[in-house]
Amino acid sequence: MAVEAPERSTPAPGDRSPGIRGRERPVGGFELWSWLFMRISGLVLLVLAVGHVLIMHVWDDGVDRVDFGFVAARWQSPFWRTWDWALLVLALIHGINGLRIIVQDYVRWPGVRFAIDMAFFVIGFGLFVLGTVVVFTFDPSQWPGTV
Amino acid sequence: MAKRKSDVGTLYKGSPGQWSWLLHRITGVAVILFLFAHVVDTAVVGWGPEAYNRVVSVYHNWVVKLLELGLVAAVLYHAINGVKIMVFDFWPATTRHMKGIALASTIIFVLSMIPITWIMGQGILEDAGVL
Repeated sequence: MAVEAPERSTPAPGDRSPGIRGRERPVGGFELWSWLFMRISGLVLLVLAVGHVLIMHVWDDGVDRVDFGFVAARWQSPFWRTWDWALLVLALIHGINGLRIIVQDYVRWPGVRFAIDMAFFVIGFGLFVLGTVVVFTFDPSQWPGTV
Repeated sequence: MAKRKSDVGTLYKGSPGQWSWLLHRITGVAVILFLFAHVVDTAVVGWGPEAYNRVVSVYHNWVVKLLELGLVAAVLYHAINGVKIMVFDFWPATTRHMKGIALASTIIFVLSMIPITWIMGQGILEDAGVL
């Protein structure tokens, strides 16, 4: 009987048949923490990302209602600023770690792999800084009459 | 041993898990690539109403809204399939019912996409001038 394809790239030798053993997982070290992080952050993102998508893109005319005034009104609430920042951070780490796992599978040469990983890491870090600065410093009172 | 007819010139027939594994990757990559752009377009809000409203007007185009429906589908598929993966990983005994649980998660995804497509589809058709 076939087994579900492993979700990450570190194949464990031995029994691949399903049953009480379940799926393969890393045995320890960084890859085990990465494995655990993907699942815990995934669970949080299930609320943050799915909630964000339903509220912003589906409900109440979706993106049609989104403009500067909408964002200014929404970010008057520390709750939404915190939500959006947590979503930014978790989605970036979860997504870039996912890209790293995919690169592990398809890029064999270590130098190229390292270069691609670093490129994603730098993009991710840059977006983290940009997003964090905007979420926490945005002040619509600079543009009176827009809220 | 002679090859069976099904071995020759047909699609590789693995477990249904290979398809959810592939879709999980594709939807994940799609969502993170969109996020790269989305952080930048949202950051424009710090440059004032004129700049930001110009940027978000892109999202009000019906072709972009069609892509947006795809984005919502990608996030939902990735989320629901992710829950399935966690069920298998944290309760290994459930892998005995792998196919049934995979089918259930697919049904949950399809059912949740029906009202979403209905709601977002109306907006798309209105903007496209059909409705």
